[in-house]
Amino acid sequence: MERILFYILALIIVIFAIAAVSSRKMLRSVIYLLFVLCSIAGLYFLIDYNFLAAIQLTVYAGGIIVLIIFSVLLVHHIELELELAKPLKQIITALACLVGIGVILTTIYSYDFKVIENDTAITTADVGSKLLSYDQGGFILPFEVISVVLLAAMIGAIIIAKGKQVEKHENKRIE
Amino acid sequence: MSIIEMVLIALVYLGIFSVAGLFLVLLERRVAAWFQLRIGPNRVGFQGLLQTMADALKLVSKELTGTEKADKFLYNLAPYFVIITALMALGVIPFTKDFQAFDINIGIFFLIAISSIGVIGILLGGWASNNKFALIGAMRSGVQTISYELSVGLSLLTMILLTRSLQLSEIVEVQKNGWLIVQGHIPAIIAFMVFMIAGTAETNRAPFDMVEAESELGAGFHTEYSGMKFAYFFLAEFINMFLIAAIATTVFFGAWLSPFGITESIPWLGVFWFLLKTLILVFLMMWFRWTFPRLRVDQLLTLEWKYLLPINLVNIVIMAFVVWQNLIIQF
Repeated sequence: MERILFYILALIIVIFAIAAVSSRKMLRSVIYLLFVLCSIAGLYFLIDYNFLAAIQLTVYAGGIIVLIIFSVLLVHHIELELELAKPLKQIITALACLVGIGVILTTIYSYDFKVIENDTAITTADVGSKLLSYDQGGFILPFEVISVVLLAAMIGAIIIAKGKQVEKHENKRIE
Repeated sequence: MSIIEMVLIALVYLGIFSVAGLFLVLLERRVAAWFQLRIGPNRVGFQGLLQTMADALKLVSKELTGTEKADKFLYNLAPYFVIITALMALGVIPFTKDFQAFDINIGIFFLIAISSIGVIGILLGGWASNNKFALIGAMRSGVQTISYELSVGLSLLTMILLTRSLQLSEIVEVQKNGWLIVQGHIPAIIAFMVFMIAGTAETNRAPFDMVEAESELGAGFHTEYSGMKFAYFFLAEFINMFLIAAIATTVFFGAWLSPFGITESIPWLGVFWFLLKTLILVFLMMWFRWTFPRLRVDQLLTLEWKYLLPINLVNIVIMAFVVWQNLIIQF
């Protein structure tokens, strides 16, 4: 049962990943990408890691894809189609992709996977206490670093959005 | 659980909630009529009970039209996004102790995750119909949902501080010593008010119906939809309203628990209590709709970012203090 589900999800991921890069209509590629991301969430559900699955849905499907769609709506007209790249570029990209696939496949096949007989699902409480623990194996430092980075990004966004107003204030001060 | 069992449960849920959605439409029309001193639909069936059924049959039999240069694939896909996410979210709602399809340990978080996908359907529908009004409606909806999702999430997070669990069955279990709105008193009441405001906004209902503001945009993002595809959007709106009310019932008002445990010995009455509380909250949302005038776009964003969000953040700190000092009221 789970094996069948895995193959179905994997098939969806592969098909829509190819469709996402080969479609010449921008919004359609975004939707294909959405299907890929949702199927990845499905994989997480399959291995009983519900928390990560929900994160995948909220952050990628609900957040990033909505933002991408939003920007596409702003710049893209319904009749436009993306241009085909020049042959030379196509060949270079294909080579780069092949190298990438090669690297990933060799890593996967050289790694010695161990099957862990562990049926207990990881609860959100575990994730939370691990994130805030400062003992061995705790994640408090990366957690705090990411918070600071996000804060900086938010302040930066506000400064950019307010742009001219901030400059005016500074000019006044100089005068 | 076998596959056949799962499929059967899914079909039962589909059947119950598509009919329940239709009756919510009827309820809305009767309530609207009552607020406007009219009678409302009262001819088809006893007191108009079959009116929306007849409407649904009419919608099924109608021709499906579309615009000339629409992106057909996305145009047809959009309604399903909206209706499927709405129906998926219903699976985790605890109607009684046993009447809950999917008791996942991230319950509330799953609800938030699923509801954040629904907006994609609206954005797609608006863009793919190749119509200016639909596009503007869709853009507004995107802005609105992204903003108000924050408040919905944060107000529920405030309550999670009390329950210490995301699982809905455990949230109900905690409330056996008093509903959370009583246990958490002041911060819980603030969280409830924020949740109802943000929830109404997330379902795109008046006074937050910028998405389809009739006087400005025709019908907004679903201007170009007809027949069954329009019905999907319409039904999804009502199921979403039911969902918001059901989440509020579960998190604030003890879900299927009876007041003071008066019918604790008869567990199946839980459905009755759950539906009663939910319908009262649904009525509250209808009351909003027919009382308040529509907000402008800038007022909408001011309300969220300058009022609700700061209130919410302060409220979480207050709730944390209440939980820390153990100022919870329990019976």
